[in-house]
Amino acid sequence: MIDFTRNHFELFGLPARYRVDESALDRAYQDLQNAVHPDRYAAAADADKRLALQASARVNEAYRTLRDPVARAEYLLSLRGVNAASEADTRLAVPFLVRQLERREQAEEASDEHDMPRLAALAGHVREDAAEVATEVERALDADDDERARARVRELRFLVKLAEDIEALGAAEIDE
Amino acid sequence: MTLFQISEPGEAPLPHARKRAIGIDLGTTNSLVATVRHGFPVVLADAEGRPLVPSVVRYAGGGTVVGYAALEQASSDPCNTIMSVKRLMGRGLEDLADDRRYPYRFVDTSGVIRIDTRSGVRTPVEVSAEILKALRARAEASLGGPVDGAVVTVPAYFDDAQRQATKDAATLAGLPVLRLLNEPTAAAIAYGLDNASQGTYVVFDLGGGTFDVSILKLTRGMFEVLATNGDSALGGDDFDHRVFCWALEESKLPPLGAADARRLMSKAREAKEMLTGHDAAPIVATLADGTRVDATLSAATFNEITRNLVAKTLAPVRRALRDAKLAPGDIDGVVLVGGATRMPQIRRAVAEFFGQPPLTNLNPDEVVAIGAAIQANKLAGNREGGDDWLLLDVIPLSLGIETMGGLVEKIVPRNSTIPVSRAQDFTTFKDGQTAMALHVVQGEREKVSDCRSLARFELRGIPPMTAGAARIRVTFDVDADGLLSVSAREQATGVEASIVVKPSYGLTDGEIARMLQDSFAHAADDASARALAESRVEAERIVAATQGALASDADLLDGDERAAIDAALAKVALLHDSDDRHALKAAVAALNAATESFAAKRMDRGVARALAGRRVDALG
Repeated sequence: MIDFTRNHFELFGLPARYRVDESALDRAYQDLQNAVHPDRYAAAADADKRLALQASARVNEAYRTLRDPVARAEYLLSLRGVNAASEADTRLAVPFLVRQLERREQAEEASDEHDMPRLAALAGHVREDAAEVATEVERALDADDDERARARVRELRFLVKLAEDIEALGAAEIDE
Repeated sequence: MTLFQISEPGEAPLPHARKRAIGIDLGTTNSLVATVRHGFPVVLADAEGRPLVPSVVRYAGGGTVVGYAALEQASSDPCNTIMSVKRLMGRGLEDLADDRRYPYRFVDTSGVIRIDTRSGVRTPVEVSAEILKALRARAEASLGGPVDGAVVTVPAYFDDAQRQATKDAATLAGLPVLRLLNEPTAAAIAYGLDNASQGTYVVFDLGGGTFDVSILKLTRGMFEVLATNGDSALGGDDFDHRVFCWALEESKLPPLGAADARRLMSKAREAKEMLTGHDAAPIVATLADGTRVDATLSAATFNEITRNLVAKTLAPVRRALRDAKLAPGDIDGVVLVGGATRMPQIRRAVAEFFGQPPLTNLNPDEVVAIGAAIQANKLAGNREGGDDWLLLDVIPLSLGIETMGGLVEKIVPRNSTIPVSRAQDFTTFKDGQTAMALHVVQGEREKVSDCRSLARFELRGIPPMTAGAARIRVTFDVDADGLLSVSAREQATGVEASIVVKPSYGLTDGEIARMLQDSFAHAADDASARALAESRVEAERIVAATQGALASDADLLDGDERAAIDAALAKVALLHDSDDRHALKAAVAALNAATESFAAKRMDRGVARALAGRRVDALG
C-alpha cells in the first residue's frame, strides 16, 4: 500500500518547495496511477481491489493539491505546522480589501451592462495580481518566512476566488 | 470460437485461461453487445445478422419479449411495451417534464418510478434488466459459456442515482460487472487506440435520449478526461418529438391516443433519418379512425424546428471547455458518437463551432460498445499486444451535503478525477446530541432544492458530549465506477457512527434481493444451482489472481506467510467441486484474508517500480 506517512512531495519524488516542475509532476502522477489504479486490479483478489481504490484516491488527492497554487502553498505550510487553510483565517489588509471590493463592484456593473470586454479585462487584471502574489508566496516560503507566506497565501486565495467569480459572470453572459 | 477447457477434478483452471469478457452499450433506443475475438473487437449480431437490439421490452400475455419483436408491437400494445426506459432510470415521476409523452400507466408514488404492466408493476431497473438479459443470452450463445465479466456503459452526465440504477439492472440480469464506463470515454478508447492519437480531443455524443460531451487528453497511453458535461435528457428522441409535433400541427390533428401517437412518432423518426441524405421526407400514416396524415417535411423546415435543440447541445460544450480551461482552437479533433450525430445540422454546428470537420470514420452506433469490449477484455485480464494504456475519468456533477438554510456545501467538485475520497468535519449543536441527519445531494446550484437529492443518512451512536465538542468526520468515497459511498466517524472517541441510507430515487438492497428471488421463481432457473456456479466462478477468479501474484512476487513473503496462503489455496481447490456453496464461500473469504498483507507489499513494490522507472526515463 502507499505509505500514508509519506507526504505528497515524497510520494511524487519531488523536492518539498513551492515551485514544482509541472511536467515532472505530471509524469510521476501518470506512472503512479499506472501502478495503483483500480483498473489494474479489476481481476484481482478483493484485498488488492480495496487497496488499489485507496491508493489511487490518495494519488489523485496529492496531485490535485500540488497542481493548485493555493492548495500547494497551504499544504507546504501545513507540513511546517502552520495552518493556513482555516476558514476562520481571513484577516486581510484594509487597502487590499477595499481595492478588491471595488473590482467586484466594477465587474457586477460590467455584467449588468453586458460589457464583455470590460469583464474580461477585469478578470485579466486580477489574474495578473494573483500571479504577482504567487511569486511573493514562493519567495516567502523559500526564505522560510512562514508568517509572511501565510499572509500572502490569504491574498492569493482571495484573488483566485475573485478572478473565478468574475469569469463566472462572463460565462453566464455567454450561456444566456 | 472457444477452445475446450480441460481441467482435472479439484484442480483450478489455468490462470491464463481466456475470460469471456463483453462490453455492453445500454442505449435509449438501441443496445449492443461486443467482445474482443482474436485480438479484434466485434459487435455480436443475431441470427439474422442484425447488430442492434432495440431497447424495447414488451410484457406480453405469454411472457416477456425484447428487441425487434417487442418493437413491432409498440403501436398495438403501447401500455405494455416499454421504450426509451433509460430516460426513467434513477428518476422520480416529478422529474418527467412531460409525462404525457409516455403512454404507460405510472403508479402514483414517490421515489423510484413504477409502471403498471400486464405482468405486474415494474421499475425501470427491472425493464433494463430484461434488455441486459437478452444481450447476455446473445453473448453466451456466441462465446459458448457464461460471461465472466462485463463493462456496461452509461452517459458521462448520469448522476449517482442513474448510475446505481444501471448497476442494479446488471446485477438483476446476472451480469458480473467489471466496471461502469462513461460512453464518450468508451468511444475515445475505440477511437484513440484505432488511430494511435495524441493530443486533446472532444467526444460529442448525442444518443437517442442523452447528450454528453467529454474533453480528453491522450498522451503516452493515458486517456485523461479533463472535463465532462451534458444533458441526460436530450437526444434524438427529442428531434423525433419536434417532427411529430410539427406533423400534428401541419395536419391540424387533435391530441392523439397512445397507439396513434406511437405510430406517428415512428413515422416522424423515419422522416428524420431520411433527411440525412435527402432534401425532403414524406410523413404518411393512417390513424385508427381512418384519418390520413400526409405531409412533406423539408430539410429547411426540419432545421428550423430543431434549431434550439441544436443550440442546446452547444451550451454544455462551452461549459466543458471552460472547465478544462481550453478554447475551441486548442482541440486537435472532434469525434462524433451516437446515431443522432448523423443529422447534417448537428455536423454543421459542430464543424462551425470548432472550425474543423468532425471525425466520423467509426460507426457512431457501434463505437461505444466496441470501446466497452476493449476495456472489458483488459479488465478481465486477457492480455493482448499493445494494450498498455490506462484511462482516468471524472465525476460529472459536484457532490455535497445540505447545510443550514437549505444551502449546499460542496464536498467533491465536478470533474474531480476518480477514484476520489474527501472528508468534511461536522459537529453537534445540542448538548448530549447522539444522532445527526445528513442529506446528500448532487448538482452545481447553491440551493438544495435546485440539486438532485441522492440520499438521506442518519448517524447514530454519537457519544453524548457538550454542543460543538463532537467532531464527526463524514467521508465521501467515489469509486472507479463513479459511485458514491459515505461513511462517518466521531474523531475524538473513534466511534463509528452507523449509517442508515435512504436512497431518494434508488432501490434498497432488500428490494434488489427480492427482485432477484422473484426472477428466479418465475424463470425455470434454479436459484441455488446458479448461486453455486457463481461461487465457483468467483473462487476460480481469486485462485487465478493469487497464483498470478505468487508467480511474480512470491519473494516478498516469508515462510509462514507463504504457507498460510498455500493452505488457503488448497482449501479452496478442495471445495471447488463440492456442492457446499457456503463452505466454498468461507474458503474464498479465508484466502482473501490470507493475501491481505501480501497485496499491500505488492502494491508498495509496484509504486517503487513506477517511480524508479520514471527516474531512469528522466536520465535518458
